[in-house]
Amino acid sequence: MTDSPTMRRIQHLHMQGIVKRFPGVLAVNHVDFDVQAGEIHALLGENGAGKSTLMKLLYGLYHPDEGRILIDGAEVRIRSPHDAIMQGIGMIHQHFMLVPSLTVAENVALGMKSSRGLVLDLDVVSKRLRELSEQYNLKVDPNIPIWQLAVGEQQRVEILRALYKGAALLILDEPTAVLTPQEVEDLFRILRKMTSEGHALIFISHKLHEVLAISNRITVLRDGQRVDTIPTSEATKLKLAQMMVGRPVVLEYERPPCQAGAESLVLSGVSAISDRGDLGLKDVSLKVCAGEIVGVAGVSGNGQRELAQVISGLRAPSGGSIQVGGRDVTGRPPSVLNTLGLSYIPEERMVDGVIKEFSVSENLVLQDHGRPPYTWGKIFLNFRTIARTCKDAIRAYAIKTPGPDTPVKNLSGGNIQKLVLARELSRRPKVLIASQPTRGVDIGATEYIHRRLLDERAKGTAILLISEDLDEIMALSDRILVMYEGRIVGEVPGGKVDVRHLGAMMAGASLDA
Amino acid sequence: MIEQIFTASVFASMIRLATPYIFAALGETFGQRSGVLNLGVDGIMLMGAFFGFYAVYITGSLVLGVAAALLIGLLLGLATAFVSVTLKAEQGISGIGVYLFGLGMSELLFQRLIGTPKSVSGFPPIHIPVLSDIQFLGIGQIFFNHNLLVYVAFALVPISAFILNRTTFGLMIRAVGQNPEAADAMGINVARVRYMTVAIGGMLSGLAGASLSIALLNVFQQNLTSGLGFIAVALVYFGRWKPFGVMGGALLFSFVNALQLQVSSLNLNIPSEFAVMAPYVITIIALVFASKQTEKPTALTKPFDRGE
Repeated sequence: MTDSPTMRRIQHLHMQGIVKRFPGVLAVNHVDFDVQAGEIHALLGENGAGKSTLMKLLYGLYHPDEGRILIDGAEVRIRSPHDAIMQGIGMIHQHFMLVPSLTVAENVALGMKSSRGLVLDLDVVSKRLRELSEQYNLKVDPNIPIWQLAVGEQQRVEILRALYKGAALLILDEPTAVLTPQEVEDLFRILRKMTSEGHALIFISHKLHEVLAISNRITVLRDGQRVDTIPTSEATKLKLAQMMVGRPVVLEYERPPCQAGAESLVLSGVSAISDRGDLGLKDVSLKVCAGEIVGVAGVSGNGQRELAQVISGLRAPSGGSIQVGGRDVTGRPPSVLNTLGLSYIPEERMVDGVIKEFSVSENLVLQDHGRPPYTWGKIFLNFRTIARTCKDAIRAYAIKTPGPDTPVKNLSGGNIQKLVLARELSRRPKVLIASQPTRGVDIGATEYIHRRLLDERAKGTAILLISEDLDEIMALSDRILVMYEGRIVGEVPGGKVDVRHLGAMMAGASLDA
Repeated sequence: MIEQIFTASVFASMIRLATPYIFAALGETFGQRSGVLNLGVDGIMLMGAFFGFYAVYITGSLVLGVAAALLIGLLLGLATAFVSVTLKAEQGISGIGVYLFGLGMSELLFQRLIGTPKSVSGFPPIHIPVLSDIQFLGIGQIFFNHNLLVYVAFALVPISAFILNRTTFGLMIRAVGQNPEAADAMGINVARVRYMTVAIGGMLSGLAGASLSIALLNVFQQNLTSGLGFIAVALVYFGRWKPFGVMGGALLFSFVNALQLQVSSLNLNIPSEFAVMAPYVITIIALVFASKQTEKPTALTKPFDRGE
């Protein structure tokens, strides 16, 4: 691989007056952004604020409608990722751009010229990769296929590949979203080493504490516009959150002491087969009492999905038993569970939570449309009641929608989640399974959803909160269970929790160790 | 009776009859590995068969016959790529369109330009010196007594495997078929790779047709391929997207074909319809088991869109 663009330095990259329009949306609105060698510049904003779009423009995946990009004072045109790579710009995408069936070396060689012309030179690539991984202390075996690597390792491959291709400027799009706290520390160590060697880094995130921990400067975007750029030394969590949302926000909730009642949800020795065909859930036992929030923490893909599906009746357990309100419901369908007072907020809200072509009001009565008061004589829909209930829900849950007849697909993620919440809570559940309730939801709606969950707790609902967001788990839970490889590997009381301890359990270290 | 059925000539026809399957299925393998399903293979084969035949019929030149088949295959391959890649049409349906076009057009051209079935002198068998004389187990007759296109087809199997597994182009093909977004992010032109693989597939399909009309049968008639191209698509699944697997499937299939010809020539007390059905029934059974353990290109039939 002789032609890899020799590590050219980018002293200063400047994006000026960038505008990008999508049909009906001004995604990026006259944004200025710059980054220098040796610094980490964080790009902070809510979902849909334009962070990813701005960076895709820099990487040549999108093309700006207006504005220009200067590298060390000279204007450059970046028409494709190939152009970006040639300019020394690399990008670590939120969803890794790796081909799972190919090996590490093949993924690195992809799109590069070979030293042997048309024939691949994977041995040469592997050798160089080993040198690089030693230099940066990033352990990766070049000959292993990607699908066999854990998520954190896959990210290391992405970083190594960017370094291999001679990236002087690296864009990291939400790099910590899939990592355990320990892996985040490792990543930060690598990023600091890179800046000390003169790389320029752009760090995209919506997690305030990470941005504060790693960056030198912070730019906040809101609704496609730049709010401000400030040195990290002058930033605080509260100030950043206000810049992101555009109004004062509350980051910590008051949680009255837990008034745990009867055991509302009991799982004993539950196992289940995952979609991959292996045992995704292994001998899980847990209890959730009325008026209690039990958080389930864990890195994505460790059985949380199967757990939520088994309890909500969407996946048949292969062993064990489940009780809701003292009644055995093992293997019963969702319709039965609904009538017993179980509500479910699914993690894939667009797939399992709503029918996206249906209107807001239709989605609000999805389970109960076949029963009075929504029907006349169990046959004809009673549109008047449906419309009235729907209006109440839209008001009560502050769902921003043009009207009850708008198709749900036109709503923002946060508003769709509020709709699901409205529907599930209006059924006055005894047990609530909330799976990733605020993933992809903006700060404002997250705050709202958290408050509603705490309200439900006060009303005596038993809540199982399954989340990959540790901050969320710690802010809301009375007890925290940790899942690893389909098992519950530990339990800690909520409140003051040692994050490192929690992270160690999420990475597989057992509690007693 | 067993000796009457499993003769050296049956195995020789197995090798010979595998030729069109290998050409067409190898071509389809390239397309599918890059994520494009071309169901129009049979139509392209018919056009290749006709143009190859017509060129030989007019000029007597086998080289021109092959060139004509490759050229029409290339053109139809590019047309398929335009519909599947650029226009992002539903591949299952557009492929059927290409098939019906080839079926009707080859028949029309045949009626207008030739009229009644005629034969040409196609590729003659090449007796490979020394090797073709080996009597032991009939090896000479089975392996070393075929026309040129048979050898070309079998030579293409390792060549295709090498291209897919050991070249930068092959790596791009595999990446584009598994994760086009990743390939795009690595600066690869997804559309260009897919155009190239579908064009290769078209050329090999054209050649597959010509191998029937100017090498195996040396005639052209309406629907000469009788659905052979669809079997070739199935063989790609059967062979799990690997050239040698595809060859194995082609041989299994042509073996049953050859056996069926032999059995019907022996006047055994088996209704000939059963013998004619056999290869297809066996294909379906084999596919049911083969398709369970797929290493299918995950982006197969999915058009790529960057979302801008």
